[in-house]
Amino acid sequence: MEKISFTLNGKEVEVTEPDRPLIYALRNDCNVKSVRYGCGLEQCGCCVVLINGSKQYACTLPTHAVANKSVETVEGLSTSEEIHPIQQAFLDEQAGQCGYCLSGMIMATKGLLARNSKPTRAEIVDALDNHLCRCGAHSRIIRAVQRASDLMS
Amino acid sequence: MSEPKLPPSLAANPLLSRWIAFLPDKTARIASGKVEIGQGIVTALRQIAAEELDLDLQKVTLASGDTEIGPDENYTTSSLSIMASGAAIRAIASEARSLLMERAALRLNCSPEDLKVSNGAFLQNGEATDIDYWDVASEIDWQRNATASKAPKASNTYKIVGKNIPRDDLPKKVNGGGFIHDRSETGMLHARMLRQPSPSAQLSFLDQEAIKRAAAGEIQIIQKRNFIAFVAEEEWLVEKAARAASNHVTWTGTSNIPRGAADARKLPGKAAVEHFYGDPEPISPTIGKSLRVSVTRPYVAHASIGPSVALARWKDSKLDIWSHGQGMHPLRRNLALALNIDEASIHARHSDGPGCYGHNGADDAALDAAIIALEIPNTWIRMQWQREEEFAFEPVGPAMQVDIEAVLDANGNPIDWKTDIWSPVHVQRPGAAGVVMLGAQSLGAVAPGGDPADPPPERGYGGPRNAFPAYKVGQTHIHHHLIREPAVRTSALRGLGALPNVCAIERMMDLAALEAGKDPVEYRLSLLNDDRARSVLQRTSELCDWSKRGTSGTGKGLGIAYSRYKNIAAMAGVAVAVTVEEEIRLEQIWAVADAGLAINPDGILNQLEGGCVQGASWALKEEVKIEGAGIISTDWDSYPILRFSEIPEINVELISRPDDVSLGVGECTVGPTAAAIMNAVAHALGEPILDMPLTRERVMASILKN
Repeated sequence: MEKISFTLNGKEVEVTEPDRPLIYALRNDCNVKSVRYGCGLEQCGCCVVLINGSKQYACTLPTHAVANKSVETVEGLSTSEEIHPIQQAFLDEQAGQCGYCLSGMIMATKGLLARNSKPTRAEIVDALDNHLCRCGAHSRIIRAVQRASDLMS
Repeated sequence: MSEPKLPPSLAANPLLSRWIAFLPDKTARIASGKVEIGQGIVTALRQIAAEELDLDLQKVTLASGDTEIGPDENYTTSSLSIMASGAAIRAIASEARSLLMERAALRLNCSPEDLKVSNGAFLQNGEATDIDYWDVASEIDWQRNATASKAPKASNTYKIVGKNIPRDDLPKKVNGGGFIHDRSETGMLHARMLRQPSPSAQLSFLDQEAIKRAAAGEIQIIQKRNFIAFVAEEEWLVEKAARAASNHVTWTGTSNIPRGAADARKLPGKAAVEHFYGDPEPISPTIGKSLRVSVTRPYVAHASIGPSVALARWKDSKLDIWSHGQGMHPLRRNLALALNIDEASIHARHSDGPGCYGHNGADDAALDAAIIALEIPNTWIRMQWQREEEFAFEPVGPAMQVDIEAVLDANGNPIDWKTDIWSPVHVQRPGAAGVVMLGAQSLGAVAPGGDPADPPPERGYGGPRNAFPAYKVGQTHIHHHLIREPAVRTSALRGLGALPNVCAIERMMDLAALEAGKDPVEYRLSLLNDDRARSVLQRTSELCDWSKRGTSGTGKGLGIAYSRYKNIAAMAGVAVAVTVEEEIRLEQIWAVADAGLAINPDGILNQLEGGCVQGASWALKEEVKIEGAGIISTDWDSYPILRFSEIPEINVELISRPDDVSLGVGECTVGPTAAAIMNAVAHALGEPILDMPLTRERVMASILKN
C-alpha cells in the first residue's frame, strides 16, 4: 500500500491512501480533530491548516501534496505547560459562540502574525475574509487577533 | 395559603433526583434538558446552581441533554433556557440546600438557623464542623417531588450570578475537540446518505455496482425503499460514494417547482388556514389618514457552519444515540415512533454541534444513523451529512409577506392597526400534522394528517410572532394567513416570524412619524408606555447620536428600531448607520438590551452581537433559492452570508436590572437589526426597499426608479 510521510506538529507521521483529501488522513488516521469539515469546497475556511507556514484548505488538498512537508494544526499550538497566546487571546475575548469555525481562524491568525506581527484591523479582516462564522462572533474574533498580536509582541 | 407555584419545567419533572445529585467526588451534578447550542447556557445554568448552593463553580457540573439522567424540558428554543431551566434549577438548588441544612442540623443537634455553608462545608455559628453536603446527602430521599417552597437568595447577595464567567466549553473548542464530529468509537463505521430528492420521489433504479466502483474500496450499500446509505470503515470511501451516487440513480415523481414559484410575493392567494387575533375588525372603516407598508422576506436557511452528524449503535436491544439536536427527550420519542421500537430502549445524549439556530438537520441525521444501526447491529455508526445535503434538506425558515395598514388620527397617532401576515408554518417538529422525519419519509411513513399549526399565542405564535406592536396603536387586528403548502420543508428558525413583523412595524413607525411631522424616536417614545422599553430606545438613540441624524436621500442613512422579543422576553433597541451606493455598506451597529437579571453579562453581549450579525445577514444577503426538486442554493457561493469584510463596528450595551426576572436574550436583536437596516436604507435613499434581501440589484432598481 502506498504511503507518504510528512511532519505533523513537529512529529514525523506516515499515512496511507495519499489520494484522499488531507482532512481525512488528519482526522481519522492522525487523530487531529481540530481540522473541521465545513464545506469540502474551500468556501468556509473551517479546515484551514498551515503547510510550510502557509494557509491551505485540508478539505480538498490531496494528502500526497504534503509529502515531506510540515503540517501545523491547532493541536500543535499549546504544550501541557503553556497555552499558546493565540488560543489564550480567543478565550480572553470569549471569541466564539458555537466555536466550530475557530480552528481554521486560529491557524489563519498564526499564519498572519508570522508574517505581520502588528496587523491593522483591515489586515486582520483581509486575512480572515475567506473564513465564515455563522454565529456572528466576528467582532470578538477580530479583537482576539489584535490581543494575540499584543500578547506575542 | 396556596401552594407555591412550581416553575413550568419543574412542574413537568417534579422529582428532585431528575435535577440534582451529590456525587462521591464532592461535586454536585445539576441536570438540564436544555443543551449547549453555542449560547453559553451550560455555564450560565451552573452559575445559578452554584450561587444557590453556596458552592464554588468548580464543584458544580451540569449534565445536559441526557435521557437517562436529566429532566424532559422539550426543546432548547424560543429564548427560554434561562427563563425555564434557570428558574427550575434555582428552585431545586435552593430547596436542596435547605434539605441538606435541615439534615446537618439534626446531626449537629442544632437549629438550621445556626448553620451556614461555605463551599459545601457546614459552619455552626461561624465555626467549622466536620460535615459537609456530601456527608448528609445520602441521608436524604431525593426521590421526592420538589415543592419550590424555599425562597431563593436575594439578588443583592449574589456572588456568582451576574459575573462574566468564561464559557466552560470554549477551551476544548479552541484546542481541537468538543464537538460531536470528534467522537470516535472503537470499530465505528462511517456513513453518508443519498437522499430522496423530494417527498414524492420514488426510487426507480440504483446502480449499486457503479457506486461501488466510484468508491473504489469496500463499502456497504443500505437500500430500503427510498432510503439509501453508504457505510464503510474508511470515511473517504463513503464520501466518494455519496458524491458519485446522484449520477447512478433514477427517481420518478420528483417535484418540479417552477422558478419563481416560491417567491414571497406569491404567497397571498395560496390556500391557507385563516387565523384572526386581536380586536374584531370594525364594521365600517376607521376614519383618518391611512398608511400602508408591505414587507417580504424569502425562505432563509440555518446554514450552520458544519454539517449534521449523529452516532448510533443498536446493541442488546438498546439504541444508543449521540446527537446535537435541540432536545434529547423529544428526539427519543420521535425515534421510537419512526423505528417502531420502545422509547425506553433508547438512550439519547446530546453532544455539542456547530451553531444551531432552530430545528435544523440534526434530528434527521440521528434517525439516519439509527436506521443504519438497526441494519448493522453491535457497531457504532457515524452519520455525517454532506454540505449540499445540509443546505438542501434542512428545514428552512418560511418566506413571509407582512402588510400593515395604520389609520392615524388628526394628531398623527395610530387609532387602528391592521396586519395581514402570509406565511407557511414555522414549526414542523416530528409528530406535527403532515410531518415525518426525512428517514421515516423515505421508508414510507405516513404523516398524521390535519391542518398545519404554528405555536399557539401562549407560546408566542409562529408567523404572527411579534406582530402585536409594543406601541399604542389603537384597535389592533392581526389576520394570519397560514399557508397550507410551503414550497419546501419549513420549521423553527431563530425568531420565527419576528423578523419580518418587526421590520413592517418599525417601517410603519417611521412612515407614521413622518406623517405626524415628528422625529421617529420622539414619535416612538410618545407611543411607548413601558418605562423599561423607553429607556432602551432612549439609550439606543443616545449611543448612535440620533439627534445629529442628517437629512434623507444623501446616500448616508441612520435607522432605528425597537422590539421586545415575543412581547415577553428581552427588550432590544438597535440603530444602524449605512452608506448606500450601488450596494449597502453597514457602517456601525448600536444595540441596547434590557434582559432583567443578567446571569452572565458577557455571555449576553455575545448573544446580542451575534443576533445583530445574523439579522443583518438575513436582511442584506440571504435567500434560499428554490426550483425543480427543491432547494438549489446548496453551497456558500449560492447562499452567501455576511463576511468579515462586511461586519461593521458593533457597540452593544446591557441595561442592568438585577432585581427583575431574567429575560431570554437569544433572539431579541435579530428583528430590530433587520428593521433598523431597512429604515437606515430608506433614510439613505429617500425611498424604502421592502423586499429582503436588500441586494445590490434591488438597490440599483430603487436608485434607477428615482
